[in-house]
Parts: sequence; C-alpha cells; structure tokens
Amino acid sequence: MNWLTNFVRPKIRALVRKAEVPENLWHKCPSCGQMLFHRDLEANLYVCQHCGHHMRLQAKRRLAMLFDGGVSTTIELPKAAVDPLRFRDRQRYGERLKEAQEKTGNADAILVAHGTIGGHAVVAAVFDFEFMGGSMGMAVGEALVAAAQLAVLQQAALIAVPSSGGARMQEGILSLMQMPRTVLAVEDVKEAGLPYIVILTDPTTGGVTASFAMLGDIAIAEPGAVVGFAGARVIAETIREQLPDGFQRAEYLLDHGMVDMVVPRHKLRETLARLLDLLRRPGPTAEVLSLPRSDAAAAASRADGARSGQD
Amino acid sequence: MPMRSFLDFEKPIAELEGKIEELRHLTDAGDINIAEEVGKLQVKVDRLLRQTYGKLTAWQKVQVARHPERPHFQDVVRILVEDYMPLAGDRAFAEDRAIQGGIGRLRGRSVIVMGTEKGADTGERVKHNFGMAKPEGYRKARRLMELADRFRLPVITFVDTPGAYPGVDAEQRGQAEAIARAIEACLKLRVPLVACIVGEGGSGGAIALAAGDKVLMLEHAIYSVISPEGCASILWRSADHAQDAAEALKLTAQDLLRLGVADEIVPEPLGGAHRDPKAALDALGERIEWALQQLVGQDGGTLKARRRSKFLEMGKKGLS
Ligand SMILES: [Zn+2]
Repeated sequence: MNWLTNFVRPKIRALVRKAEVPENLWHKCPSCGQMLFHRDLEANLYVCQHCGHHMRLQAKRRLAMLFDGGVSTTIELPKAAVDPLRFRDRQRYGERLKEAQEKTGNADAILVAHGTIGGHAVVAAVFDFEFMGGSMGMAVGEALVAAAQLAVLQQAALIAVPSSGGARMQEGILSLMQMPRTVLAVEDVKEAGLPYIVILTDPTTGGVTASFAMLGDIAIAEPGAVVGFAGARVIAETIREQLPDGFQRAEYLLDHGMVDMVVPRHKLRETLARLLDLLRRPGPTAEVLSLPRSDAAAAASRADGARSGQD
Repeated sequence: MPMRSFLDFEKPIAELEGKIEELRHLTDAGDINIAEEVGKLQVKVDRLLRQTYGKLTAWQKVQVARHPERPHFQDVVRILVEDYMPLAGDRAFAEDRAIQGGIGRLRGRSVIVMGTEKGADTGERVKHNFGMAKPEGYRKARRLMELADRFRLPVITFVDTPGAYPGVDAEQRGQAEAIARAIEACLKLRVPLVACIVGEGGSGGAIALAAGDKVLMLEHAIYSVISPEGCASILWRSADHAQDAAEALKLTAQDLLRLGVADEIVPEPLGGAHRDPKAALDALGERIEWALQQLVGQDGGTLKARRRSKFLEMGKKGLS
C-alpha cells in the first residue's frame, strides 16, 4: 500500500464510473417494469412516463429542480464528530462512510443550498437516500441546524426534503439526540416568523419523521411516497395481520390528515412559489385603491360609530 | 412472596439462594447450625452479586434493564409521590395506559409526574400495552407538560419502554407527529424537566419524554436508538448478534454519561433495582430532589435557553 493507492484510486474509480454511461442509458421503472430512456426520464424529472411512479432523486438533482432556473449555491457544512462510537458491525462504520462518500460524491446524507423559488429567498436541506439510506447522524443534524441558522440570517424560508430510513444506528444514542436538535433548529425558523415547509419524499421513516419532518408549517408529500414512523415489516411482524392497501403512502397520509397536500413533482416548484407568495406577501400586490363604498356599508359604519360613541 | 425471576447469568446466585431457602425450611437439621450456615451462604451470595453486578456486560445490562421486577411507574407513584391524582386522556381520541401521569407532591413540592408503564404481571402488561405508547399517549404527555407550564410546576418523567407502538392504528393517528410534538413540548417548557431513565429507554418512545434539563439514569438502565435485536437483524442480518449490537451501540448508563447524554448515574442496590425497588427509588428520589433544587429558582427563559444549548452542544465529542 502506498500513497498512490490511498489517494489516487478513488478519483480513477470515479472516472471509470462516469464512462459507464451506456449502462445507464435505460432505466427500468421499479413500479411498472417499463424500460425508460435516460434522457426522457431526466426530462420528466425522474417520474415514469407510463405509470407516474416518482423515483428517488439524488440530492443535487433535487436541488436543480427546486430552485428558480435550477440555480442554487450549496454551502459547506460544519464538520461533525466522525464515527463518535467507533462503531463496527460486520464492517467498520468508517469504511461504510467512505464508500458512501465515494458513491455519492457527498460528505454525508444531506446537502444544504440557498437560492430563490418564485423570487423568494429559500434555504433548502435535501437528503440523499443513496448515502446510507439517508440516515440521520451527527453530520445530518449539524447540517439541519446550519440550514436553519442560514434561513434566519437571510430571512429566507426553510424547505426540508427528507428521504431517510431514520436515525443512523452506527452513531447510537447520538443519532437519537438529533431528534431534539433538529426540532430546536426548525423552532428557530418558526420563531423568526419564517415559513418552514417540508416535502416528504420516498421514503421518510423513523426518527426523521418523528422530529423535524413532521413539524412543517406546511406538509407536502410526493405521490406514492412511503411516510411513517415504524417500518411496514416491523408492523406486520408485530400485529401479524396484512397491512391495509396503500398503507403509509402519501395519499393514505392525506386521507388521515397527516399532510396538507400531495403534489406531483412537476408541480412542486410552482406550488412552493405560490405558497411562499401567499405566506410572505400577505398584502395586496398592487397599489391600494380607495374603492367607492356602497350605501349599506357606509350606513353600517355610521351605526358602529354611533354605538361606540354611546359607550 | 412470589418467586423471583432469575436471569441466565444469575444462575450461581439462584442456586445459593435456593440452598438458603431449603435450609430455612428444614425442621430437623441434625447437628447443622442452620443460622450459621445461612449466614455463611448469604455472605457468598453478596460477594457473588457484587462480583457479577460490578462488571455486567452491555447485553447483561439489557437483560437487567428489562427485568420484570424492576421498579415500575406505579411503584414510583407509590413510593415517591404523595397525594397523587392521576390525570387521563389526550382530549382527542383516547386514554393511553402505556403512559401514566398526573399531579402530586414529591418531597412536599407540587409536580407533574408521568412515565411509561410496562405492567408488572401478564394482565397488567396487556392493559399497558407492554409500555408501548400510541399517539394519544404522547399527546397526553404534551398536554400534561403544557399544564405544568401554566401552573409553573416542575415535570418529572420516568422512562421504561421498549419503544413507541408499531401498529396500523398508531400510524393512522400520526405516531411520528405525536412524538415530534412531545419532544417539542419538552424543549419549550419554561419549568424544570427532570427525566429519569429507569429501565429500558427505547428510542423515539423514550426521547419523547426525555429531552430534559437533567437526564438521570439508574445504574443498570439502558438508553438506545434501536433495540440490540433490531440493530443486529439489520446490520448483522441476524438477531443472534444482539449481544454484539448491544456492545457496539454504547447503550449503558456509563457510556451515556461519557457521551454527555446522561447527566448523572444513580447507583442501584446490590444486585440491581429489581432486588429492592424501594431502595432504588428512594435513592432516585434523593437525586431528583437535588436536581430540582438546582433548577427551580431559575426563570423560565433561562431554563429554556440552557436546555436548548445543552442539546445543541450534545455529541460534539465522541468517546475518548
Ligand atoms: Zn412506471
């Protein structure tokens, strides 16, 4: 082993992977099984043209389709303690981390960026499910805290886009502690009077759902997204019954009052822009005109005045 | 007195105690001095208990923390709380018996107490759903916290739960949201919150009641993001590795103190809290009272701000 194998190989591997485009030319829809041409899929925001299935998205693709003109600035995230428990299962956690970093090109399971949506300042915290199942440990918690601070600093709205299996087991209790930490983070945004919007994407479960992800001022879910606390398999094993149709899907959550709306991906930016406009520009947009009052309204106003005069 | 349940690693202790029982029931002992023999055996038992409980492995701690005779919330109320008035219901759907709570006096001071209750026997366990709460339980907890805030009463929570209930009905009624709101309620409190991990601190179901100013753990309690069995079946692909997972997760009170997640460890009686629940709870009561004395004088804003920075700073350092 020399410095070359240590430091150069990952880069070479990355190059090789980029060259493997032919393999990626066609994708198979995991829902209907149809073969989808790469460019069509990209143009359709990774939604199957045949069945409407919303595929999981890499964080950088999500950022590109969220912000105006696809433009946003990704911020450098604060460094968190790496492998605080020195955890080892069949493999060292440190190695798993490195593999995930190589695979995704991200430092951890989340990206934070700022830009505009419909002209409104927005900070977005977007999960990457490819990075260890989007699991939340110290680094992800730290990123959410940073995102919230940036939103308050820029007087921007905070948009969280979770896609996560839950807490990162390899960080033990410290991953559980990201639940109160992220609750505190979004609390700051709310207390600053700024909108906090959550877009629940497939899948959002466990400790992520049971903390910041369920505390949005507005909760939006993508069609078909699995969102819940306990995993379906665990529930099935516990109750030993078949689970209801569509259980824990976005539409099921809408029916049970857990989200405000289910919005397909190609309507997402427009929906966010309208919401932000309504929340952040509550007054009339044009110059206020003095409208002529009807006789009835004028009479009512006189009567009010008379009554208060008698008090 | 009912038969004590012994854990697998307590077998040598169980055998000695069995001998003591036999001797006590002997009517004709011949030339053996029964009292002397019992005394000798008791010394051996104590020495064995001290040895065994002085160096429990993580997995053994998991077993002790789950011991059926460990102090339950109803023992807490009986031993530590005077003039207890249970309060029920979430005002929206149901009364969840997995989380009990109410108002009472702890050493003369009016407090809101609440805790998960696993139940002491089979019937009780079913009634309390084995300490696994549903959304209505967490919503009741939040309601009681808001009540405490309104009347400026300290909140003391007692955690002993395998976790939140994984069921269809719980999901339908928003298990995740209910837990998130309970955590939020803990963090918003402008009165002291002392959280006590008494037995098993099971993941989201535990932190929902435990985002406190002070987190006390009984000496052999555990607190974890996932059960060792669950962790093993995911990361080792087999629940047979639960012992390895217990070790790797760093879930003992001693680990959590080093990680800054627990603020204090409360020593248990020799051989664990299940051997003497009253002594264990009396010791815990002392430490709760001590913690309250540090906290009650502070104004609401200061308390909330300190709790906030405590959690924001948490985990910045790993095990060293
Ligand atoms: Zn399809």
